[in-house]
Amino acid sequence: MRDVAVISFVQSAVARDAVHNEVEMLVPTLHAAMAESGIPKNEIGFVCSGSLDYLQGGPFAFVSGLDAVGAWPPMRESHVEMDAAWALYEAWVAIQTGEVDSALVYGFGKSSTGDLHEIMTLQYDPYYVAPLWPSMVDVSAMQARAYLDASGRHEDELAEVAARAQRNGRSNPYAVRAGDVNANDVLAQPVTHDPLRDADIAPITDGTAAVVLAAGELARSRCERPAWIRGLDHRIEAHSLGVRDLTTSESTRAAAAAAGVAAGEIDIAELHAQFSHEELMLAEAIGLTANTVINPSGGPLASNPVMSAGLIRIGEVARRIWSGEAGRGVAHATSGPCLQQNLVCVLESDH
Amino acid sequence: MAGNRVGVVGVGQTHHRAARKDVSMAGLVREAAIEALEDADMTWSDIDAVVIGKAPDMFEGVAMPELYLSDALGAVGKPMMRVHTAGSVGGSTSIVAAKLVAAGIHERVLTVAYEKQSESNATWGLSVPMPFAAPLVAGAGGYFAPLIRAYMYRSGAPRHIGHLVAVKDRLAALRNPKAHLHLPDIDLKTVEESFLLWDPLRYLDVCPSSDGAMAMVLGSEKVADASAGSVAWVHGMAMRSEPTMFARRDQINPQAGKDCAKDVYAQAGITNPRDDFDCAEVYVPFSWYEPMWLENLGFCAEGDGWKLTEAGATAPDGDIPWNPSGGVLSSNPIGASGMVRFGEAAQQVRGRAADYQVELRTGKALGHAYGGGSQFFSMWVVGRDKPA
Repeated sequence: MRDVAVISFVQSAVARDAVHNEVEMLVPTLHAAMAESGIPKNEIGFVCSGSLDYLQGGPFAFVSGLDAVGAWPPMRESHVEMDAAWALYEAWVAIQTGEVDSALVYGFGKSSTGDLHEIMTLQYDPYYVAPLWPSMVDVSAMQARAYLDASGRHEDELAEVAARAQRNGRSNPYAVRAGDVNANDVLAQPVTHDPLRDADIAPITDGTAAVVLAAGELARSRCERPAWIRGLDHRIEAHSLGVRDLTTSESTRAAAAAAGVAAGEIDIAELHAQFSHEELMLAEAIGLTANTVINPSGGPLASNPVMSAGLIRIGEVARRIWSGEAGRGVAHATSGPCLQQNLVCVLESDH
Repeated sequence: MAGNRVGVVGVGQTHHRAARKDVSMAGLVREAAIEALEDADMTWSDIDAVVIGKAPDMFEGVAMPELYLSDALGAVGKPMMRVHTAGSVGGSTSIVAAKLVAAGIHERVLTVAYEKQSESNATWGLSVPMPFAAPLVAGAGGYFAPLIRAYMYRSGAPRHIGHLVAVKDRLAALRNPKAHLHLPDIDLKTVEESFLLWDPLRYLDVCPSSDGAMAMVLGSEKVADASAGSVAWVHGMAMRSEPTMFARRDQINPQAGKDCAKDVYAQAGITNPRDDFDCAEVYVPFSWYEPMWLENLGFCAEGDGWKLTEAGATAPDGDIPWNPSGGVLSSNPIGASGMVRFGEAAQQVRGRAADYQVELRTGKALGHAYGGGSQFFSMWVVGRDKPA
């Protein structure tokens, strides 16, 4: 395997961007990420993005997204209809073949223009489940209840997770929900989807993110303390909610094992948990202990730009490695209802 | 080509039809995948990862359908990816899958592409009015017809050239039992007399709307060497993209297509495509795109593409057969159409194209796909012999 590092990361996020379309939101993010990488656009080897047509409400969100890159002269370019963390995976594979030495990866989405929780209903089995129109919050609440029952944990632990996200969000300029909140404040909120309260559910967020990857010497020449990708794996589970164990995340466990999480201490973890119970489940599946700081950025419960929120987890770990705040960290991304598909990335500094 | 050697060890596809009402989406993709696995003499458990591609989710109304299809494609517990690069997606999905093998990450990758167009109407699915954007409401044909007229003006091609392609590809499809359209009585006159859709495109100049899926099993050199069946080795693969519109963009002969061809030819040692390939499976959804892509892909000089078509060079018995399977004009499950091109090219060099097998001289074939506003390109070169 070639050594590949995250050398640049830029994001944008607001609760509701009523002024810019997706392309306009992307332009500053992409060009800042390329400038930060020190690699000029025409020297970037590969471009890959993640987006969702149903968020935009049109059939080719990524086509206009490419306008923000300015793909001229023509570029080596691809797109996944998945969170941009999987675009990063595709770019990492392209670098592994030796074809290219660098890649620009980005994700974007405006959740505020439609009803996100209803739109995600279109992910379900179209014959048996989608016609019932359960929103993503409905099914996640059922998972939360099943998890609490199976694990013996309590709602106040969910509230602790939700409150910590908002407290950590205070130091994150892209947090759309942040404040000096404690668990009692969360528990004082009404239960909207038993056992979940508003603070347990990721806020609607419009945003973008971009990362530049570079291999070996190129990374070293452009970044003082590159965040090396030491393990990267992703797994999917069965779709039907009735045929998998919703109280544990088997695919996260498998991806974490394949990514080599257990090979060393984990200083920080950024988990793509859109509901507070998911953070508890993911920490268990990855095997995190009390020694790991979880979601120092506040995580998706503080800022959740759909389609880039997974990539942002990788960026949030990487920038803490650049700064020396962490030596080894885990980033996680998810896709699909109730944590159906999960990606785990281990990032490290040079020893 | 960068990375480790990759071989196509299994190919499968559905019977393409206007409406496959006998199967669900899951049933459709399984039909192709099972045939590819059987061809590779493998079962689901032999597969390390699954890469699936399709065109816009709005064509079926399922968002990110890879999630719903994970069980049907035996992906549970494995890595699964979903590629979407517009019409080129079948080609780029094949390339993403091949790169997983070329990078040494996996030994055996199943790749599948599909479209079940009967679930909706693609023309209107392509033309959703967006806020603050001029509504095109044209579908693909309305978009490409002006580019075709510009090509005719630029090249001086006579009006019947497109109709020649429409006849040639439909007659070729008569030898392909899985093709959607079987039109034994088609001739120049029926095409000329079919109704005008978007000048100069008449009804029979246009691809059908199909339900269908294509699948391939890609293996490492070790896997391919151990394969009992014949192998199509990947000699080169490339993708290029450019923006939809800007002032000096040549939309008729796009730079991204030329760059992509140059890249893939350099990888595969192709210097004269007309001589060096035994055949090409090229994405021709509207008849006129054959002469246009002949030029873009360097099979002749710019302005001469229509002359090759007119002379019969691209017919199954010509010196460089294009789309001996019947092509996109005979079967168009949009998201799968690019992978059908890639897979049909592989079948030719494997000697597995049955009644539409071309004669193998160099043992090399080109698979091509394009999408968006002629702006996304994916291509691969496959060969009978292992690359040097």
